Amino acid sequence: MRAAQTLKFIKKEVPPYVSGTMSTTAGSVFRISSDWSRADYWGAIKSRLGAFRMNYPVSPGLYAAGEPTMGSDVVVSANYKLSFDILRRELKGLNVWLLVLDTKGINVWCAAGKGTFSTDELISRMSATKLGEVVDHRRIIVPQLGAVGVNAAEVQKRTGFRVFFGPVLAKDLPSYIEAGYTKTKEMSTIRFPMMERIILTPMEINPAMKKFPWFACGVLFVFGLQPSGILFKSALSGGMPFLALGLTSVLAGAFLTPVLLPFVPFRSFAVKGWIIGVLSMLAVMPLFGPSVQGEILLLVASWLFFPAMSSYIALQFTGSTNFTGMSGVKKELKIGIPLYVSLAGISLVFLMVYKIREWGML
Amino acid sequence: MKYLLHVTTLQYSSDKCAGCGRCAEVCPRGVFEMRDKRAMIMDRDLCMECGACAKNCDFSALSVKAGVGCAAAIITGLLTGSEPTCGCGDRAASNCC
Repeated sequence: MRAAQTLKFIKKEVPPYVSGTMSTTAGSVFRISSDWSRADYWGAIKSRLGAFRMNYPVSPGLYAAGEPTMGSDVVVSANYKLSFDILRRELKGLNVWLLVLDTKGINVWCAAGKGTFSTDELISRMSATKLGEVVDHRRIIVPQLGAVGVNAAEVQKRTGFRVFFGPVLAKDLPSYIEAGYTKTKEMSTIRFPMMERIILTPMEINPAMKKFPWFACGVLFVFGLQPSGILFKSALSGGMPFLALGLTSVLAGAFLTPVLLPFVPFRSFAVKGWIIGVLSMLAVMPLFGPSVQGEILLLVASWLFFPAMSSYIALQFTGSTNFTGMSGVKKELKIGIPLYVSLAGISLVFLMVYKIREWGML
Repeated sequence: MKYLLHVTTLQYSSDKCAGCGRCAEVCPRGVFEMRDKRAMIMDRDLCMECGACAKNCDFSALSVKAGVGCAAAIITGLLTGSEPTCGCGDRAASNCC
C-alpha cells in the first residue's frame, strides 16, 4: 500500500527533469538532471515550430544542480521550459542553486518586459523558498536580460541580497562565475547570428501561412468571377500565377529577409523586405509567361502588390529580433501602413479594370 | 546589427551619474562604457529601448520610453488604443518573442 502510494506520488508529482531530492536547512528540494531526455529534445523542436510553445511550464521554486552547499551560488531563471532546459544543460559540472520564478511559462526577456519576471516576483520567490536560510552568503545571479524587470537596488534593500546580472547566454555562466562575477563585452552583448535567425523563421512563416487561405480565396473568387457565374476553370488558370506570387512573397518576407538580414541594404525592415520581394519576383516572373506578363494591367498590379506584401511580412520580423526598438518600428509603421493600404488599393483597382475589360464591358 | 538612426528615446544626464556601473552591466547592446567612474554613451543608435538601464539607475540619470520593438504588437496597440505589449502570453495575438 505504502509503496503503491509512493509510486503514485513519483509518477504524478515528479517532473521528468528531476533526478532526485536533496535536503537543505529549509526543507527538501528537487535535484535537477543536466541531461536531456528524448522528450526534451522533441519539446525544444516543437517549441520552435510554435506547436506548443507555452503549455509546458516548469514548477517555480528552488532546485539543486549538482551538489550545492550553503556557500554555493544562486542562479535565477524563468519557468519557460526551453530556457530552463538549456540552463540545466549548461550547468553540468557546477554545484549551484537554481531559483525558478513564475513567469507563466514565458522566457526571461519577454517576461521581464511584460512584468512577470519582476522585482516583486523575485523577492517573493526568495522568501517562499527561504533562500536566506538555504545559503549563508548574500549574492544572487540574475540573467542579464532579466534586468528589464528587476531593480537590483530594491532587491538588495528588501532582502539583503546583492544582485549580480550574469551573462546574456546560459553557456557563459561557468566562466562568469569562475571570473568572480565579471563578464567580457562578448558575454554581455546580444548577437543575432544567421543560425538564430533561421531558427526563428518557422514562427514567421506559420502566422503568414495562416492568413494565406483568405488571400487564396479572394484571388480565386476574383479570377473565377465571370458574367455567367463563378467558373472553376478560369479561377484556376487565372488565379494560379497570383497564388504562386503570393507564396513567393511570403517566402521572401518571412524567410529570405530574416535569413539575409544584415546583407540586405538599408536599416528599415520594410525596405529590406521590399527589396527581397522585388528580387524574388524577378526570379519567378519568367515562369508565368503570358498569363501575367502579357497583361499589362495584371503585371502592374502584381508589381505594386507583391513586393509590398513581402515588405509588410518582413516588418513583422521586428518582433523576433533583438535589436529593434519601439520608436524605430513606430516610425516604419507610420510611413509603411498608409503606403501598404494605398498600394493594395491601387492594385485592386487595376485588377477590377482588368476584369471589366475581360468581360468585354470596356 | 543596428536599427534606424536617431529614433531612440534614451536620455542621459551625466551630471547625475554616480558611477555605479549598473547601466553598462545590464545593457545588452553595449551602449555604455565606464570611463573615469562615469557612464559614457558610446553609440546611442545601438539602443533598442528595452529599459533595463533606466530601471536599474538609482540616480535617475537615465530615462527611456521602454517598449517592444514589434510591429504586430504596435499595430494591435494602435487598433485597440492601448500601449503596445508583447503578445507572448496568448497564442491568438502576435508571434513576437
